[in-house]
Amino acid sequence: MQIYLPIAEVSVNAFLLLGLGGIVGVLSGMFGVGGGFLMTPLLFFIGIPPAVAVATEANQIVASSFSGVLAHFKRKTVDVRMGVVLLIGGLFGAALGVQVFNMLRAIGQVDLLVKLCYVVFLGVIGALMFVESLNAIRNTRKGKPPARKRHNWIHNLPFKMKFRTSGLYISVIPPMIVGVLVGILAAIMGVGGGFIMVPAMIYLLGMPTKVVVGTSLFQIIFVTAFTTMLHATTNFTVDIVLAVLLLIGGVIGAQIGARIGVNLKAEQLRILLAIMVLAVCGKLAFDLLVTPAELYSIGTEGSH
Amino acid sequence: MLRILFLIIALVTPARAEIVVAGLSQNQIAISTNFDGSEILIFGAVKREMQIDRESDLGVIVTVSGPPQRLTVRRKEKWAAIWINRDSLDVRSAPSFYAVSTTAPLRELLSDDADQTFLVSVPRAIHAGMASEGVNDKDSFTDALIRIRERGQLYQLNEGAVTLIGDTLFNTSIALPANLVAGNYSVRFLLTRNGSVVSQYETVMFVNKVGLERFLYTMAHEQPVWYGLMSLAIAIAAGWGASAIFRYIRT
Repeated sequence: MQIYLPIAEVSVNAFLLLGLGGIVGVLSGMFGVGGGFLMTPLLFFIGIPPAVAVATEANQIVASSFSGVLAHFKRKTVDVRMGVVLLIGGLFGAALGVQVFNMLRAIGQVDLLVKLCYVVFLGVIGALMFVESLNAIRNTRKGKPPARKRHNWIHNLPFKMKFRTSGLYISVIPPMIVGVLVGILAAIMGVGGGFIMVPAMIYLLGMPTKVVVGTSLFQIIFVTAFTTMLHATTNFTVDIVLAVLLLIGGVIGAQIGARIGVNLKAEQLRILLAIMVLAVCGKLAFDLLVTPAELYSIGTEGSH
Repeated sequence: MLRILFLIIALVTPARAEIVVAGLSQNQIAISTNFDGSEILIFGAVKREMQIDRESDLGVIVTVSGPPQRLTVRRKEKWAAIWINRDSLDVRSAPSFYAVSTTAPLRELLSDDADQTFLVSVPRAIHAGMASEGVNDKDSFTDALIRIRERGQLYQLNEGAVTLIGDTLFNTSIALPANLVAGNYSVRFLLTRNGSVVSQYETVMFVNKVGLERFLYTMAHEQPVWYGLMSLAIAIAAGWGASAIFRYIRT
């Protein structure tokens, strides 16, 4: 069944969108990530204009994060205080990101920026996660307990604050910076930033793993909601029909994925996620490096 | 009314021996949620008050031209191992859709001079709206624009697609792609003999978004704040709804 998307102005198969939403939903449920980093490139591949894909994906992440955070609130695994600190940074970052996005869109480099961001971040995160989980698997085989660094230079910065849920007493500067960076990425890449936020919280801030996902989801809702509003009011690129179709598939898939995830070990999950991240990165990098079949492209920015 | 008036004037003018009269199967095309491209049937007749001229061949050309757009055509260049957009050409006005259908190869029906005057062939019609300033090799950008749009069925040259019966009645159909832009489409009919145009007739076809499509598009552009808030409200409601439903199923 073909559906004509009112903002993207292309006709796509509704079941394809539901299916994509479902598959990404399964993966996001399994790995506890938003799935934006997979969905946005997939939308590029099926021919949704990049500007629409990025803005609409931000809107879809609001829905999936909200669904997820409710469950975490029930389990009391959300550090609201830490979330608010991250959020303040995140809003600044998002505002900055949309400015950069619009500037580059005007000079025709937005595709490049979005793709480069993906290649760099997916590459780095994927590689780190791959090595880390490989080591973890090796250590558990040898019977060594997982090593954990408790104190580093981050604990010597000023403006310290107590984060009771996380059991931390650290400076607000590092979470603020993490927030800004993730906010910029959310605006430019159309992702929640969970795949960067989660490792940053564990390895940089030293937060306990059980509160990390809930807190990350909590602040992602606000940052992506803010990004959606900015894109909707400055670029008019949020396609609500596209968002709804992806959303329906996504929420169903996420529940299925969560069940599959329970039966897998944490290290196995992480290594699978790493492989997937690296695969998406590889495909995008390949497209940038190989001589394109068509050197020319048509932009319709002036038509609005 | 105007059309009829035009026809009457044309009929009483003695200099014009053959006149084209034509119509469309529909002059309104609605882009609704399930829009998946469309096909318009075009038909018409040659009106004449004299013997059919057997000395030269009669040709019929039908052009359909979509609302003009401002475009930027960009060219990628290799820069530090990756391909990025470098040079660009601004196009002040290019039709979003352009189709030419003819009874015979266009070159045989229309001389180069006539093409220049009436802007019929795809390159001529597109070049007319190109900006003169900008890069040096402007032509390669225009060619690229035409090439990309021809691949997407947005620019079409259908030679021999018009059927002419008994030098009097003609009909053709033009396929409109799914990614059609809303607006006014002008449909032109040209009658040719010996490479020059003997009669011309023009009409308009309206392509509109309807229903939900129209509502959402208008809202997104005219009330962006409310549209954004609505998108968020739907997202929050869906997120909450999904978690509530699955909690209910589990218990």
